[in-house]
Amino acid sequence: MFQAIERWLKGAALEAQEYVRLTMAAVRCTFTPPIYRHDVVEQFDLIGVGSLTVVLLSGLFTGAALAMQTGLTLDRFGARPVVGQLVSISMIKELGPVLTALMLTGRIGSGIAAELGSMVVTDQINALRALGTDPVRKLVVPRLLAGFCMAPVLTALADFVGIFGGWVVARFTLQVNSGVYWSSVTNGLYMQDAWMGLIKPLVFGFLIVTIACHVGLRTAGGTAGVGKSTTVAVVAGSVAVIAADFFVTQLLATLLY
Amino acid sequence: MVQGSEAQTAKQILSETGAPVVMFDRVQLAFDDKVVLADLSFTLIKGHTKIILGASGSGKSTALKIITWLLKADAGVVWVNGQRVDQLTEHEMMSVRADLGMIFQEGALFDSLTVRENVGYKLYEETAMPLEDVDRRVEEVLGFIGLIEHADKMPSELSGGQRRRVAIARAMAFKPSILLYDEATTGLDPITATTVDDEIIKLRDLEGVSSIVVTHQLRDAFYVATHMAERGPDGAVRIMPASGDKAEEAEFIMLKDGLICFEGTAEELRRSADPYLKTFLS
Repeated sequence: MFQAIERWLKGAALEAQEYVRLTMAAVRCTFTPPIYRHDVVEQFDLIGVGSLTVVLLSGLFTGAALAMQTGLTLDRFGARPVVGQLVSISMIKELGPVLTALMLTGRIGSGIAAELGSMVVTDQINALRALGTDPVRKLVVPRLLAGFCMAPVLTALADFVGIFGGWVVARFTLQVNSGVYWSSVTNGLYMQDAWMGLIKPLVFGFLIVTIACHVGLRTAGGTAGVGKSTTVAVVAGSVAVIAADFFVTQLLATLLY
Repeated sequence: MVQGSEAQTAKQILSETGAPVVMFDRVQLAFDDKVVLADLSFTLIKGHTKIILGASGSGKSTALKIITWLLKADAGVVWVNGQRVDQLTEHEMMSVRADLGMIFQEGALFDSLTVRENVGYKLYEETAMPLEDVDRRVEEVLGFIGLIEHADKMPSELSGGQRRRVAIARAMAFKPSILLYDEATTGLDPITATTVDDEIIKLRDLEGVSSIVVTHQLRDAFYVATHMAERGPDGAVRIMPASGDKAEEAEFIMLKDGLICFEGTAEELRRSADPYLKTFLS
Protein backbone atom coordinates (compact mmCIF):
# COMPACT_ATOMS: atom_id res chain seq x y z
CA MET A 1 0.00 0.00 0.00
CA PHE A 2 2.74 2.46 1.05
CA GLN A 3 4.84 1.34 -1.89
CA ALA A 4 1.99 2.17 -4.26
CA ILE A 5 1.58 5.61 -2.69
CA GLU A 6 5.34 6.18 -2.85
CA ARG A 7 5.41 5.15 -6.49
CA TRP A 8 2.50 7.45 -7.31
CA LEU A 9 4.11 10.39 -5.50
CA LYS A 10 7.41 9.83 -7.29
CA GLY A 11 5.61 9.62 -10.63
CA ALA A 12 3.69 12.83 -9.91
CA ALA A 13 6.88 14.64 -8.85
CA LEU A 14 8.65 13.50 -12.02
CA GLU A 15 5.76 14.68 -14.19
CA ALA A 16 5.74 18.07 -12.43
CA GLN A 17 9.51 18.38 -12.86
CA GLU A 18 9.36 17.52 -16.56
CA TYR A 19 6.43 19.89 -17.08
CA VAL A 20 8.30 22.78 -15.47
CA ARG A 21 11.42 21.93 -17.49
CA LEU A 22 9.53 21.89 -20.79
CA THR A 23 7.69 25.11 -19.94
CA MET A 24 10.91 26.92 -19.03
CA ALA A 25 12.62 25.67 -22.19
CA ALA A 26 9.64 26.80 -24.29
CA VAL A 27 9.60 30.27 -22.72
CA ARG A 28 13.37 30.59 -23.21
CA CYS A 29 13.12 29.46 -26.85
CA THR A 30 10.29 31.95 -27.48
CA PHE A 31 12.68 34.85 -26.91
CA THR A 32 15.77 33.46 -28.62
CA PRO A 33 16.42 32.63 -32.29
CA PRO A 34 15.75 30.65 -34.39
CA ILE A 35 11.97 31.05 -34.54
CA TYR A 36 10.17 28.92 -37.11
CA ARG A 37 7.92 31.69 -38.47
CA HIS A 38 6.13 29.49 -40.96
CA ASP A 39 5.07 27.11 -38.18
CA VAL A 40 3.97 30.03 -35.98
CA VAL A 41 1.69 31.37 -38.72
CA GLU A 42 0.34 27.87 -39.39
CA GLN A 43 -0.49 27.34 -35.71
CA PHE A 44 -2.18 30.75 -35.42
CA ASP A 45 -4.40 29.63 -38.27
CA LEU A 46 -5.04 26.14 -36.88
CA ILE A 47 -5.62 27.20 -33.29
CA GLY A 48 -7.19 30.60 -33.89
CA VAL A 49 -9.21 30.40 -37.08
CA GLY A 50 -9.75 26.64 -36.75
CA SER A 51 -11.36 26.99 -33.32
CA LEU A 52 -13.62 29.88 -34.29
CA THR A 53 -16.76 27.89 -35.12
CA VAL A 54 -16.82 25.78 -31.99
CA VAL A 55 -16.02 28.76 -29.75
CA LEU A 56 -18.64 31.03 -31.34
CA LEU A 57 -21.36 28.38 -31.18
CA SER A 58 -20.68 27.59 -27.54
CA GLY A 59 -20.58 31.30 -26.69
CA LEU A 60 -23.83 32.01 -28.51
CA PHE A 61 -25.82 29.25 -26.85
CA THR A 62 -24.32 29.88 -23.42
CA GLY A 63 -25.34 33.53 -23.58
CA ALA A 64 -28.83 32.60 -24.79
CA ALA A 65 -29.32 29.95 -22.08
CA LEU A 66 -28.00 32.34 -19.44
CA ALA A 67 -30.47 35.01 -20.46
CA MET A 68 -33.32 32.50 -20.40
CA GLN A 69 -32.44 31.17 -16.94
CA THR A 70 -31.67 34.49 -15.27
CA GLY A 71 -34.59 36.23 -16.95
CA LEU A 72 -37.03 33.89 -15.28
CA THR A 73 -35.34 34.32 -11.90
CA LEU A 74 -35.09 38.10 -12.23
CA ASP A 75 -38.81 38.17 -12.97
CA ARG A 76 -39.54 37.22 -9.36
CA PHE A 77 -37.96 40.50 -8.26
CA GLY A 78 -39.35 42.54 -11.14
CA ALA A 79 -35.82 43.01 -12.43
CA ARG A 80 -36.18 41.55 -15.91
CA PRO A 81 -34.73 44.69 -17.62
CA VAL A 82 -31.31 44.13 -15.99
CA VAL A 83 -30.92 40.77 -17.68
CA GLY A 84 -28.34 42.31 -20.04
CA GLN A 85 -26.18 43.35 -17.13
CA LEU A 86 -26.22 39.86 -15.70
CA VAL A 87 -25.44 38.23 -19.03
CA SER A 88 -22.56 40.58 -19.85
CA ILE A 89 -20.90 40.37 -16.43
CA SER A 90 -21.24 36.58 -16.33
CA MET A 91 -19.96 36.14 -19.88
CA ILE A 92 -17.04 38.56 -19.71
CA LYS A 93 -15.76 37.75 -16.23
CA GLU A 94 -16.40 34.04 -15.97
CA LEU A 95 -18.29 32.02 -18.55
CA GLY A 96 -16.62 33.40 -21.66
CA PRO A 97 -13.03 32.71 -20.53
CA VAL A 98 -13.77 29.35 -18.88
CA LEU A 99 -16.02 27.90 -21.57
CA THR A 100 -13.74 29.07 -24.37
CA ALA A 101 -10.79 27.52 -22.57
CA LEU A 102 -12.67 24.24 -22.09
CA MET A 103 -13.62 24.20 -25.77
CA LEU A 104 -9.99 24.87 -26.69
CA THR A 105 -8.84 22.09 -24.40
CA GLY A 106 -11.15 19.66 -26.17
CA ARG A 107 -10.23 20.84 -29.61
CA ILE A 108 -6.57 21.88 -29.60
CA GLY A 109 -5.37 20.16 -26.41
CA SER A 110 -6.37 16.76 -27.73
CA GLY A 111 -5.06 17.55 -31.21
CA ILE A 112 -1.66 18.68 -29.96
CA ALA A 113 -1.27 15.66 -27.66
CA ALA A 114 -2.28 13.24 -30.44
CA GLU A 115 -0.03 14.86 -33.04
CA LEU A 116 3.06 15.07 -30.84
CA GLY A 117 2.35 11.64 -29.35
CA SER A 118 2.19 10.08 -32.83
CA MET A 119 5.46 11.79 -33.71
CA VAL A 120 7.08 10.35 -30.59
CA VAL A 121 5.97 6.75 -31.17
CA THR A 122 6.98 6.83 -34.85
CA ASP A 123 10.44 8.23 -34.01
CA GLN A 124 9.73 11.51 -35.84
CA ILE A 125 10.80 13.51 -32.78
CA ASN A 126 14.11 11.62 -32.69
CA ALA A 127 14.44 12.18 -36.43
CA LEU A 128 13.95 15.92 -35.88
CA ARG A 129 16.67 15.95 -33.23
CA ALA A 130 19.00 13.87 -35.41
CA LEU A 131 18.47 16.41 -38.21
CA GLY A 132 19.56 19.19 -35.88
CA THR A 133 16.14 20.63 -35.01
CA ASP A 134 15.16 21.35 -31.43
CA PRO A 135 11.62 19.89 -31.06
CA VAL A 136 10.75 22.52 -28.44
CA ARG A 137 11.53 25.34 -30.88
CA LYS A 138 9.90 23.64 -33.85
CA LEU A 139 6.79 22.16 -32.22
CA VAL A 140 6.13 23.68 -28.80
CA VAL A 141 6.96 27.37 -29.32
CA PRO A 142 4.63 27.94 -32.31
CA ARG A 143 1.75 26.23 -30.48
CA LEU A 144 2.48 28.14 -27.29
CA LEU A 145 2.53 31.50 -29.06
CA ALA A 146 -0.68 30.67 -30.92
CA GLY A 147 -2.49 29.40 -27.80
CA PHE A 148 -1.32 32.32 -25.67
CA CYS A 149 -2.27 34.98 -28.22
CA MET A 150 -5.42 33.47 -29.71
CA ALA A 151 -7.17 32.45 -26.47
CA PRO A 152 -7.97 36.10 -25.48
CA VAL A 153 -9.10 36.91 -29.04
CA LEU A 154 -11.40 33.88 -29.16
CA THR A 155 -12.68 34.66 -25.68
CA ALA A 156 -13.53 38.24 -26.66
CA LEU A 157 -15.45 36.95 -29.67
CA ALA A 158 -17.24 34.33 -27.55
CA ASP A 159 -18.18 37.07 -25.06
CA PHE A 160 -19.62 39.20 -27.83
CA VAL A 161 -21.70 36.45 -29.45
CA GLY A 162 -22.79 35.30 -25.97
CA ILE A 163 -24.13 38.76 -25.19
CA PHE A 164 -25.73 38.78 -28.64
CA GLY A 165 -27.34 35.39 -27.89
CA GLY A 166 -28.62 36.90 -24.64
CA TRP A 167 -30.13 39.79 -26.59
CA VAL A 168 -31.97 37.39 -28.94
CA VAL A 169 -33.60 35.66 -25.96
CA ALA A 170 -34.19 38.91 -24.05
CA ARG A 171 -35.79 40.57 -27.07
CA PHE A 172 -37.90 37.76 -28.49
CA THR A 173 -38.65 35.52 -25.50
CA LEU A 174 -38.45 37.80 -22.47
CA GLN A 175 -39.81 40.80 -24.44
CA VAL A 176 -37.14 43.18 -23.12
CA ASN A 177 -36.66 46.26 -25.22
CA SER A 178 -33.39 46.23 -27.24
CA GLY A 179 -32.30 49.66 -25.96
CA VAL A 180 -32.92 48.61 -22.38
CA TYR A 181 -30.92 45.43 -22.91
CA TRP A 182 -27.87 47.07 -24.50
CA SER A 183 -27.73 49.95 -22.04
CA SER A 184 -27.98 47.41 -19.24
CA VAL A 185 -25.08 45.51 -20.81
CA THR A 186 -22.79 48.54 -20.81
CA ASN A 187 -24.00 50.08 -17.55
CA GLY A 188 -23.01 47.09 -15.48
CA LEU A 189 -19.51 46.78 -16.88
CA TYR A 190 -16.32 48.28 -15.51
CA MET A 191 -12.84 48.37 -17.00
CA GLN A 192 -11.65 45.92 -14.37
CA ASP A 193 -14.15 43.36 -15.67
CA ALA A 194 -12.70 43.65 -19.15
CA TRP A 195 -9.17 43.21 -17.79
CA MET A 196 -10.23 40.14 -15.88
CA GLY A 197 -11.89 38.76 -19.00
CA LEU A 198 -8.71 39.26 -21.02
CA ILE A 199 -6.04 38.22 -18.50
CA LYS A 200 -7.68 34.91 -17.65
CA PRO A 201 -7.56 33.52 -21.21
CA LEU A 202 -3.84 34.34 -21.41
CA VAL A 203 -3.24 32.03 -18.45
CA PHE A 204 -5.65 29.39 -19.79
CA GLY A 205 -4.12 29.40 -23.28
CA PHE A 206 -0.66 28.98 -21.80
CA LEU A 207 -1.80 26.09 -19.57
CA ILE A 208 -3.75 24.24 -22.28
CA VAL A 209 -0.88 24.27 -24.76
CA THR A 210 1.96 23.52 -22.35
CA ILE A 211 0.03 20.64 -20.74
CA ALA A 212 -0.89 19.17 -24.13
CA CYS A 213 2.69 19.47 -25.42
CA HIS A 214 4.10 17.96 -22.23
CA VAL A 215 1.69 15.02 -22.33
CA GLY A 216 2.21 14.50 -26.07
CA LEU A 217 5.99 14.56 -25.88
CA ARG A 218 6.00 12.05 -23.02
CA THR A 219 3.85 9.54 -24.89
CA ALA A 220 4.98 5.93 -24.68
CA GLY A 221 3.43 2.64 -25.67
CA GLY A 222 2.49 2.87 -29.35
CA THR A 223 -0.94 3.80 -30.63
CA ALA A 224 -2.59 2.88 -27.32
CA GLY A 225 -0.23 5.36 -25.69
CA VAL A 226 -1.32 8.07 -28.11
CA GLY A 227 -4.97 7.48 -27.18
CA LYS A 228 -4.10 7.64 -23.50
CA SER A 229 -2.13 10.85 -23.97
CA THR A 230 -5.06 12.48 -25.77
CA THR A 231 -7.40 11.64 -22.90
CA VAL A 232 -4.89 12.79 -20.27
CA ALA A 233 -4.30 16.07 -22.12
CA VAL A 234 -8.03 16.87 -22.19
CA VAL A 235 -8.69 15.81 -18.59
CA ALA A 236 -5.59 17.48 -17.14
CA GLY A 237 -6.12 20.58 -19.27
CA SER A 238 -9.77 20.94 -18.20
CA VAL A 239 -9.00 20.47 -14.52
CA ALA A 240 -6.08 22.91 -14.78
CA VAL A 241 -8.34 25.53 -16.42
CA ILE A 242 -11.00 25.24 -13.74
CA ALA A 243 -8.48 25.24 -10.89
CA ALA A 244 -6.51 28.13 -12.41
CA ASP A 245 -9.79 30.05 -12.84
CA PHE A 246 -10.33 30.00 -9.08
CA PHE A 247 -6.83 31.19 -8.23
CA VAL A 248 -6.58 33.78 -11.00
CA THR A 249 -10.02 35.16 -10.10
CA GLN A 250 -8.93 35.50 -6.48
CA LEU A 251 -5.66 37.15 -7.46
CA LEU A 252 -7.21 39.56 -9.95
CA ALA A 253 -10.06 40.44 -7.57
CA THR A 254 -7.40 41.48 -5.04
CA LEU A 255 -5.29 43.37 -7.54
CA LEU A 256 -7.93 45.03 -9.72
CA TYR A 257 -10.84 45.89 -7.45
CA MET B 1 42.81 30.11 -29.13
CA VAL B 2 43.83 26.73 -27.71
CA GLN B 3 40.38 25.35 -28.56
CA GLY B 4 40.75 26.70 -32.09
CA SER B 5 44.09 24.96 -32.58
CA GLU B 6 42.65 21.72 -31.14
CA ALA B 7 39.78 21.90 -33.61
CA GLN B 8 42.28 22.53 -36.40
CA THR B 9 44.33 19.48 -35.34
CA ALA B 10 41.19 17.31 -35.14
CA LYS B 11 40.15 18.50 -38.61
CA GLN B 12 43.60 17.69 -39.98
CA ILE B 13 43.59 14.21 -38.44
CA LEU B 14 40.08 13.51 -39.73
CA SER B 15 41.06 14.47 -43.24
CA GLU B 16 43.67 11.71 -43.38
CA THR B 17 42.99 8.17 -44.60
CA GLY B 18 42.38 5.74 -41.75
CA ALA B 19 41.24 8.44 -39.32
CA PRO B 20 38.85 7.31 -36.58
CA VAL B 21 35.50 9.07 -37.11
CA VAL B 22 33.52 7.34 -34.34
CA MET B 23 35.09 5.93 -31.21
CA PHE B 24 33.39 4.19 -28.28
CA ASP B 25 35.54 3.68 -25.20
CA ARG B 26 34.06 1.52 -22.43
CA VAL B 27 30.55 2.88 -22.91
CA GLN B 28 27.93 1.73 -20.45
CA LEU B 29 24.18 2.29 -20.24
CA ALA B 30 21.43 0.79 -18.08
CA PHE B 31 17.70 1.47 -17.81
CA ASP B 32 16.91 0.99 -14.11
CA ASP B 33 18.15 -2.54 -13.35
CA LYS B 34 18.45 -3.63 -16.98
CA VAL B 35 21.97 -3.27 -18.33
CA VAL B 36 21.79 -2.54 -22.07
CA LEU B 37 25.45 -1.79 -22.75
CA ALA B 38 27.85 -3.30 -20.22
CA ASP B 39 31.16 -2.28 -21.78
CA LEU B 40 31.23 -1.31 -25.44
CA SER B 41 34.40 -0.20 -27.21
CA PHE B 42 34.92 0.06 -30.95
CA THR B 43 36.28 2.41 -33.60
CA LEU B 44 34.85 3.29 -37.00
CA ILE B 45 37.48 4.24 -39.53
CA LYS B 46 36.81 6.92 -42.14
CA GLY B 47 35.15 5.47 -45.25
CA HIS B 48 34.68 2.07 -43.62
CA THR B 49 31.55 0.19 -42.57
CA LYS B 50 30.88 -1.25 -39.16
CA ILE B 51 28.05 -3.78 -39.10
CA ILE B 52 26.56 -4.36 -35.68
CA LEU B 53 24.75 -7.65 -35.28
CA GLY B 54 22.95 -9.05 -32.29
CA ALA B 55 19.70 -10.42 -30.98
CA SER B 56 16.77 -8.12 -30.21
CA GLY B 57 17.48 -6.05 -27.09
CA SER B 58 21.24 -6.55 -27.31
CA GLY B 59 21.83 -2.79 -27.47
CA LYS B 60 22.47 -2.30 -31.20
CA SER B 61 20.08 0.61 -31.74
CA THR B 62 21.04 2.04 -28.35
CA ALA B 63 24.63 2.39 -29.57
CA LEU B 64 23.46 4.45 -32.55
CA LYS B 65 21.29 6.64 -30.35
CA ILE B 66 24.30 7.32 -28.12
CA ILE B 67 26.33 8.45 -31.14
CA THR B 68 23.61 10.96 -32.10
CA TRP B 69 23.04 11.91 -28.43
CA LEU B 70 19.40 10.80 -28.58
CA LEU B 71 20.43 8.80 -25.50
CA LYS B 72 23.18 9.67 -23.09
CA ALA B 73 25.60 6.99 -21.85
CA ASP B 74 25.93 6.42 -18.12
CA ALA B 75 29.70 6.05 -18.42
CA GLY B 76 32.44 5.86 -21.02
CA VAL B 77 33.78 8.15 -23.71
CA VAL B 78 32.27 8.71 -27.15
CA TRP B 79 34.10 10.59 -29.92
CA VAL B 80 32.34 11.59 -33.13
CA ASN B 81 34.23 13.47 -35.84
CA GLY B 82 36.87 14.64 -33.39
CA GLN B 83 34.43 15.85 -30.74
CA ARG B 84 33.83 14.20 -27.40
CA VAL B 85 30.03 14.05 -27.52
CA ASP B 86 29.39 12.50 -24.11
CA GLN B 87 30.32 15.85 -22.55
CA LEU B 88 28.28 18.04 -24.88
CA THR B 89 24.90 19.60 -24.22
CA GLU B 90 21.95 19.08 -26.61
CA HIS B 91 22.59 22.56 -28.02
CA GLU B 92 26.32 21.91 -28.56
CA MET B 93 25.48 18.58 -30.17
CA MET B 94 23.74 20.36 -33.07
CA SER B 95 27.09 21.10 -34.74
CA VAL B 96 28.09 17.40 -34.51
CA ARG B 97 24.73 16.35 -35.97
CA ALA B 98 25.39 18.61 -38.95
CA ASP B 99 27.77 15.91 -40.24
CA LEU B 100 25.81 12.91 -39.04
CA GLY B 101 22.84 11.26 -40.72
CA MET B 102 20.61 8.59 -39.22
CA ILE B 103 18.10 6.25 -40.84
CA PHE B 104 15.53 5.06 -38.34
CA GLN B 105 13.91 1.62 -38.10
CA GLU B 106 10.64 2.52 -39.81
CA GLY B 107 12.04 5.46 -41.75
CA ALA B 108 10.53 8.03 -39.35
CA LEU B 109 9.51 10.25 -42.26
CA PHE B 110 7.52 13.36 -41.37
CA ASP B 111 4.04 12.23 -42.38
CA SER B 112 2.67 15.74 -42.91
CA LEU B 113 5.39 16.62 -45.43
CA THR B 114 5.83 15.45 -49.02
CA VAL B 115 8.78 13.32 -50.11
CA ARG B 116 10.49 16.45 -51.48
CA GLU B 117 9.97 18.35 -48.20
CA ASN B 118 11.16 15.36 -46.18
CA VAL B 119 14.34 14.98 -48.20
CA GLY B 120 15.12 18.68 -48.14
CA TYR B 121 13.94 19.22 -44.55
CA LYS B 122 17.32 20.05 -43.03
CA LEU B 123 18.38 22.24 -45.94
CA TYR B 124 15.06 24.11 -46.01
CA GLU B 125 14.74 24.58 -42.26
CA GLU B 126 18.21 24.57 -40.78
CA THR B 127 20.44 26.18 -43.38
CA ALA B 128 20.54 29.47 -45.26
CA MET B 129 20.97 27.70 -48.59
CA PRO B 130 18.99 29.42 -51.39
CA LEU B 131 15.75 27.61 -52.26
CA GLU B 132 16.83 26.93 -55.86
CA ASP B 133 19.99 25.22 -54.59
CA VAL B 134 17.98 23.16 -52.10
CA ASP B 135 15.54 22.08 -54.81
CA ARG B 136 18.46 21.13 -57.05
CA ARG B 137 20.10 19.08 -54.29
CA VAL B 138 16.80 17.35 -53.42
CA GLU B 139 16.30 16.35 -57.04
CA GLU B 140 19.89 15.17 -57.28
CA VAL B 141 19.46 12.98 -54.19
CA LEU B 142 16.08 11.64 -55.28
CA GLY B 143 17.63 10.82 -58.65
CA PHE B 144 20.47 9.00 -56.90
CA ILE B 145 18.01 6.71 -55.11
CA GLY B 146 15.70 6.48 -58.13
CA LEU B 147 12.58 8.09 -56.63
CA ILE B 148 12.45 11.40 -58.47
CA GLU B 149 8.96 10.64 -59.84
CA HIS B 150 7.64 10.31 -56.28
CA ALA B 151 8.87 13.75 -55.14
CA ASP B 152 5.42 15.23 -54.62
CA LYS B 153 3.81 12.22 -52.97
CA MET B 154 3.10 11.92 -49.26
CA PRO B 155 5.02 9.21 -47.34
CA SER B 156 1.76 7.28 -46.80
CA GLU B 157 1.52 6.78 -50.58
CA LEU B 158 4.87 4.97 -50.75
CA SER B 159 5.73 1.32 -50.23
CA GLY B 160 7.86 0.21 -47.28
CA GLY B 161 11.00 -0.03 -49.39
CA GLN B 162 10.43 3.37 -50.97
CA ARG B 163 9.95 4.91 -47.54
CA ARG B 164 13.30 3.51 -46.35
CA ARG B 165 15.00 4.84 -49.48
CA VAL B 166 13.45 8.29 -48.90
CA ALA B 167 14.77 8.11 -45.34
CA ILE B 168 18.23 7.41 -46.75
CA ALA B 169 17.81 10.32 -49.17
CA ARG B 170 16.81 12.61 -46.28
CA ALA B 171 19.85 11.55 -44.29
CA MET B 172 22.26 12.04 -47.21
CA ALA B 173 20.79 15.28 -48.59
CA PHE B 174 23.02 17.50 -46.46
CA LYS B 175 26.11 15.41 -47.35
CA PRO B 176 27.05 14.04 -43.93
CA SER B 177 30.31 12.14 -43.67
CA ILE B 178 28.81 9.51 -41.34
CA LEU B 179 25.55 7.61 -41.82
CA LEU B 180 23.94 5.41 -39.20
CA TYR B 181 21.47 2.79 -40.41
CA ASP B 182 19.12 1.43 -37.76
CA GLU B 183 17.52 -1.76 -39.13
CA ALA B 184 17.14 -0.12 -42.53
CA THR B 185 15.99 -3.37 -44.18
CA THR B 186 13.96 -5.02 -41.43
CA GLY B 187 10.49 -6.02 -42.57
CA LEU B 188 11.30 -5.68 -46.27
CA ASP B 189 11.17 -8.48 -48.83
CA PRO B 190 14.60 -9.66 -50.09
CA ILE B 191 14.36 -7.85 -53.43
CA THR B 192 13.40 -4.51 -51.87
CA ALA B 193 15.99 -5.03 -49.12
CA THR B 194 18.66 -5.46 -51.79
CA THR B 195 17.76 -2.08 -53.32
CA VAL B 196 18.27 -0.49 -49.90
CA ASP B 197 21.55 -2.41 -49.44
CA ASP B 198 22.72 -1.14 -52.84
CA GLU B 199 22.11 2.44 -51.68
CA ILE B 200 24.22 1.82 -48.57
CA ILE B 201 27.03 0.41 -50.72
CA LYS B 202 26.80 3.24 -53.27
CA LEU B 203 26.96 5.90 -50.56
CA ARG B 204 29.98 4.26 -48.99
CA ASP B 205 31.94 3.61 -52.16
CA LEU B 206 30.93 6.51 -54.39
CA GLU B 207 30.35 9.26 -51.83
CA GLY B 208 32.96 8.15 -49.28
CA VAL B 209 30.46 8.01 -46.42
CA SER B 210 31.52 6.16 -43.26
CA SER B 211 28.67 3.99 -42.05
CA ILE B 212 27.44 1.98 -39.12
CA VAL B 213 24.81 -0.57 -40.08
CA VAL B 214 22.71 -2.06 -37.31
CA THR B 215 20.74 -5.11 -38.35
CA HIS B 216 19.77 -8.63 -37.50
CA GLN B 217 19.20 -9.48 -41.17
CA LEU B 218 22.25 -11.63 -41.89
CA ARG B 219 21.65 -11.70 -45.62
CA ASP B 220 21.77 -7.90 -45.83
CA ALA B 221 24.73 -7.64 -43.45
CA PHE B 222 26.86 -10.01 -45.56
CA TYR B 223 25.67 -8.41 -48.81
CA VAL B 224 26.79 -4.94 -47.67
CA ALA B 225 30.08 -6.31 -46.34
CA THR B 226 30.99 -8.35 -49.39
CA HIS B 227 29.93 -6.05 -52.22
CA MET B 228 31.24 -2.81 -53.61
CA ALA B 229 30.00 -0.15 -56.02
CA GLU B 230 31.89 1.15 -59.00
CA ARG B 231 31.01 3.70 -61.65
CA GLY B 232 31.76 2.42 -65.13
CA PRO B 233 33.12 4.50 -68.03
CA ASP B 234 29.54 5.01 -69.25
CA GLY B 235 28.64 6.57 -65.89
CA ALA B 236 26.46 3.63 -64.84
CA VAL B 237 26.93 2.30 -61.31
CA ARG B 238 27.66 -1.42 -60.94
CA ILE B 239 27.40 -3.42 -57.73
CA MET B 240 29.90 -6.28 -57.68
CA PRO B 241 31.60 -8.61 -55.19
CA ALA B 242 34.18 -6.72 -53.16
CA SER B 243 37.86 -7.21 -53.88
CA GLY B 244 40.22 -8.32 -51.10
CA ASP B 245 41.12 -4.88 -49.68
CA LYS B 246 37.60 -3.56 -50.00
CA ALA B 247 36.17 -6.56 -48.13
CA GLU B 248 38.52 -5.73 -45.22
CA GLU B 249 36.89 -2.29 -44.89
CA ALA B 250 33.65 -3.75 -43.60
CA GLU B 251 33.89 -5.12 -40.10
CA PHE B 252 31.32 -7.00 -38.04
CA ILE B 253 30.59 -6.56 -34.36
CA MET B 254 28.38 -9.09 -32.60
CA LEU B 255 26.72 -7.87 -29.41
CA LYS B 256 25.59 -10.19 -26.66
CA ASP B 257 24.33 -9.05 -23.25
CA GLY B 258 25.73 -5.56 -23.80
CA LEU B 259 29.22 -6.82 -24.62
CA ILE B 260 31.08 -7.45 -27.87
CA CYS B 261 31.40 -11.20 -28.36
CA PHE B 262 32.95 -10.98 -31.84
CA GLU B 263 34.73 -8.37 -33.93
CA GLY B 264 36.16 -9.12 -37.36
CA THR B 265 35.58 -9.40 -41.10
CA ALA B 266 32.80 -11.30 -42.86
CA GLU B 267 35.18 -14.17 -43.60
CA GLU B 268 36.32 -14.37 -39.95
CA LEU B 269 32.70 -14.36 -38.83
CA ARG B 270 31.82 -17.20 -41.19
CA ARG B 271 34.78 -19.26 -39.97
CA SER B 272 34.18 -18.62 -36.26
CA ALA B 273 33.80 -21.72 -34.10
CA ASP B 274 32.02 -19.87 -31.29
CA PRO B 275 28.79 -21.81 -30.50
CA TYR B 276 26.73 -18.62 -30.03
CA LEU B 277 27.89 -17.23 -33.38
CA LYS B 278 27.24 -20.55 -35.06
CA THR B 279 23.70 -20.59 -33.67
CA PHE B 280 23.16 -16.98 -34.72
CA LEU B 281 24.43 -17.60 -38.24
CA SER B 282 22.62 -20.90 -38.75
